[in-house]
Amino acid sequence: MSAQNVLFDAPGPKARRTILIGNIIGALLIAGLIAYVVFLLGGKGQLAADKWTPFLEGRTWEFFLLPGLLSTLRAAAIAVVTSVLFGLIFGLGRLSHVKPIRWFAGLVVEFFRAVPVLLMMIFLWLALGRSNLVEDAPFWAVVIALTLYNGSVIAELIRSGVQGLPKGQREAGLAIGMTQMQSLRTIEVPQALIAMLPALVSQFVVILKDSALGYIIGFPELLQNARRLGVGEGNLLQSLLIAAVIFIVINFALSSLATKLSKLLSFRSKGRARDETLDGIAAAEPEGTLSR
Amino acid sequence: MDNFLTLFETYNVPAAFWVNIQLTFWAAVWSLVLGTLLALMRISPIPSLQWLGAAYVNIFRNTPLTIIIAFGVLGLFGQLQVSLTDDFNLNFFRLAILGLTIYHAAFVCEAIRSGVNTVPLGQAEAARAIGLSFLPAARLIILPQAFRGAIAPLGNVLIALIKNSTVAAAGSVAAEASSLMKTMIEFRGDLVIPIFFTFAIGFVILVIPVGLLTTWASRRLAVAR
Repeated sequence: MSAQNVLFDAPGPKARRTILIGNIIGALLIAGLIAYVVFLLGGKGQLAADKWTPFLEGRTWEFFLLPGLLSTLRAAAIAVVTSVLFGLIFGLGRLSHVKPIRWFAGLVVEFFRAVPVLLMMIFLWLALGRSNLVEDAPFWAVVIALTLYNGSVIAELIRSGVQGLPKGQREAGLAIGMTQMQSLRTIEVPQALIAMLPALVSQFVVILKDSALGYIIGFPELLQNARRLGVGEGNLLQSLLIAAVIFIVINFALSSLATKLSKLLSFRSKGRARDETLDGIAAAEPEGTLSR
Repeated sequence: MDNFLTLFETYNVPAAFWVNIQLTFWAAVWSLVLGTLLALMRISPIPSLQWLGAAYVNIFRNTPLTIIIAFGVLGLFGQLQVSLTDDFNLNFFRLAILGLTIYHAAFVCEAIRSGVNTVPLGQAEAARAIGLSFLPAARLIILPQAFRGAIAPLGNVLIALIKNSTVAAAGSVAAEASSLMKTMIEFRGDLVIPIFFTFAIGFVILVIPVGLLTTWASRRLAVAR
């Protein structure tokens, strides 16, 4: 944020007064916004105690929120592992010096990056459900769709990480008699992974957020359970809010970890992440994260 | 094959994509406005506005879009009876645009901020030296250059927005592409793979030109330094 303190001078007396006035107006704006929302909610009876007390009861958490959170985390955790594997395989494929492999990996990666995750999820859900291959079609649809999309993004991360390394690394590998693949596997990709670790963690936030798409195909994750709870208790607004807060807390922790890592690792690796090849929102800058 | 083609006489696939394009267009316009405002707040000298901008970005960047869209229908419409128009279906459409806008404005803000970071210090110093205060400096010097530097990340947000417009399915917008695909597969389960590839290729056709165009534009419009 170099621009922040350069855009304006150290304020003098007059500017300080203007800033103070602006600050008061800003604070009033925030307070007014909150007051308006509270007023609106109060007017509709949404602040009544019985809409909120279910969240103090053990059974709400035991039967709805915690099982939901558990399936969200389970799907996300499996998808993290499988998409890193997918990313490694197709990232190496895109860097291969064999043309057909490079071409095929490029086609797969570009295709899955361009298709909406939800579209894949609905397709897999209906296709798996028809084929009777697995018992829990919604769960596997979520995991596989997340893997295909995020694995492709991670493949791109690895590719751009390797291309961001100094040429000397590969040349040194070849000079001591390694093959292209050996040099990639043992020298370049490990360094690229360290350089891309912050972007990788940001991608995990995307995986966790996108797991909520399972709601649409009836996977009983956190959002789905929160809705069921809300319909039962007549406090939909409150349940959705609590579910959102749980997501925000976990994702904010992960995003902060990514920012910390990028500061910590900035001098650990020769490689530098190049932003432009990345799937944007996630990696527009080290502290910036995104959807899909 | 004949079976597959008659499917297109029963269901209007281009119309479904048109709904997604409309969702994308309106959400893109509104989130550009809101995102620019947020970016201005984040780089302004006023602490309370900086805080508000940062809080907005951190909250909505970390919330799943599905929750935001579902909240629009179940919370705003279902519980609070908020209605943006009298037309029942148009109301869901507008609530989906609202949800998409709120979510993507956070990413637009970050994209513009990364654009601001491409503007050299000397530009801001020169603006101050000729006596411009914050708003004129931002409007005349910083933002025009920042936008040109932010085209690539903004293009990425637009691509994400095109794909995310399918999440409007969670907001009862039943006319959009992913919902139509679901209906078509449920009707003709034996054609599940061709139906999926039809829709998937539709999105590839929408997304790839946007990517190429923004990459071209970001090179072409980059400020030469």
